[in-house]
Amino acid sequence: MNLLLDGIAWILDPANWTGVGSIPERIAQHLAISATVLVISALIALPIGTLVGHTGRGKELVVTVSGGLRALPTLGLLTLLALWLGIGLQAPIIALVVLALPPLLAGAYSGLESVDRRTVDAARAMGMREGQIIGKVEVPLGMPIIVGGIRSATLQIIATATLAAYIADDGLGRFIFAGLKTRDYAEMLGGSILVILLALAIDGLFAIIQRLVVPAGVRATRTRELRSRPPRPRAVVGRPITEGNPE
Amino acid sequence: MNWLWSNLDLVGELMLTHLALSVPAIILSFVISVPIGWIAHRYRWSRGVLLSLCGLLYAIPSLALLIALPIVTGQRTTSPINLVIALTLYGIAVIVRTAADAFDAVEPDVRQSATAIGYSAAGRFWGVELPLAGPVLLSGLRVVIVSTVSLATIGAVIGVQSLGSLFTDGLQRGIQAEIITGIVATMVLAIGLDWASVAIGRMLMPWWRPSAAERRRTLDRVERVDAA
Repeated sequence: MNLLLDGIAWILDPANWTGVGSIPERIAQHLAISATVLVISALIALPIGTLVGHTGRGKELVVTVSGGLRALPTLGLLTLLALWLGIGLQAPIIALVVLALPPLLAGAYSGLESVDRRTVDAARAMGMREGQIIGKVEVPLGMPIIVGGIRSATLQIIATATLAAYIADDGLGRFIFAGLKTRDYAEMLGGSILVILLALAIDGLFAIIQRLVVPAGVRATRTRELRSRPPRPRAVVGRPITEGNPE
Repeated sequence: MNWLWSNLDLVGELMLTHLALSVPAIILSFVISVPIGWIAHRYRWSRGVLLSLCGLLYAIPSLALLIALPIVTGQRTTSPINLVIALTLYGIAVIVRTAADAFDAVEPDVRQSATAIGYSAAGRFWGVELPLAGPVLLSGLRVVIVSTVSLATIGAVIGVQSLGSLFTDGLQRGIQAEIITGIVATMVLAIGLDWASVAIGRMLMPWWRPSAAERRRTLDRVERVDAA
């Protein structure tokens, strides 16, 4: 327990909150790297995933590529790129983009695929153009899953951005590697705790967003019944009386 | 290529070390998550709690977990046991959701028929539910195999020997072949273990014939784990 207290004491130490390489500066760097990577990879993956989900073509290819990318060890990619591009932010950013692609692609195409085909057909029958079907029907309905993909990509990026400090002098991972070099466990632990808190905070934020992006129409019709069907049909099926309290 | 030929025994040795780190973690996480998944399936109230906990666990960055874990376990950061525990935790975070889905997917009619012909609760679990949930459990296990083998390399940056050591060493000494060898060896290991798991699955579940459609569904499951 003393170790944990040391780590917390390190975080609370005012000396670590000012000057060059202070905690706020590292957090800002960490977030800046993560945001840059997220934007780049989203610009690549979301349009492709949307097209694949809409047309259903090329799904096998996308699945195979993203499966292969998953087996690729992060650290290997990072060190290889660092060797080619030199020390600096370039290598980590490219490596992180590559790692963020699979969850983003998966989220986009499974989001669009999750939309009931009959709904899509109905939209087409009403005379919507393909672009309208994507923009007004499939994307809104698939949004929770698309955001889910963005959520796991973001978590992956934040986690791996920690490793980026192995190559570049940036981000919260710097504390971990600096502490490792000087055998200062309090600093390593303090850095780790900050990374964990950051990841959990972002995850929580996305959990809220994921709830907010459910279209109002879907939310209204969705029953609160999230469990699977009862094992046998019940004799009496009714709605609970809420006594005029809108649920 | 020259580097590989002159360091073949080093690579072989590290592959064995890597196996010794990842295989226990994979097996442990499977053995631990199946009961947890069953609880999440059986007792509805526990489902939300268990699955959210797993989600939180999965959100924790691996390097940070490796360093913070010794507070709880009392191990040294650099000990292989610490890495195995961390890998096991991540494995659990992935399989529990799949395991809950797997047990959910067993037809209620089948379960009730089993009870009707006299299976006890335990007998029904071992004789009916577990085998029927098998294929989906296996698909979850395959996801964990690939991610665990790849994740185990992270330990190298804090000094746990594995195939990841080829990355850190290769970077420091500027040997490109060493890093590429490490990447290829890691992927070979992951694919090999994946095949082995499918082979064992075929042996244990001789009735299971993964059709093309089912194989595609396995891949879908992988994606859903990602998006969840």
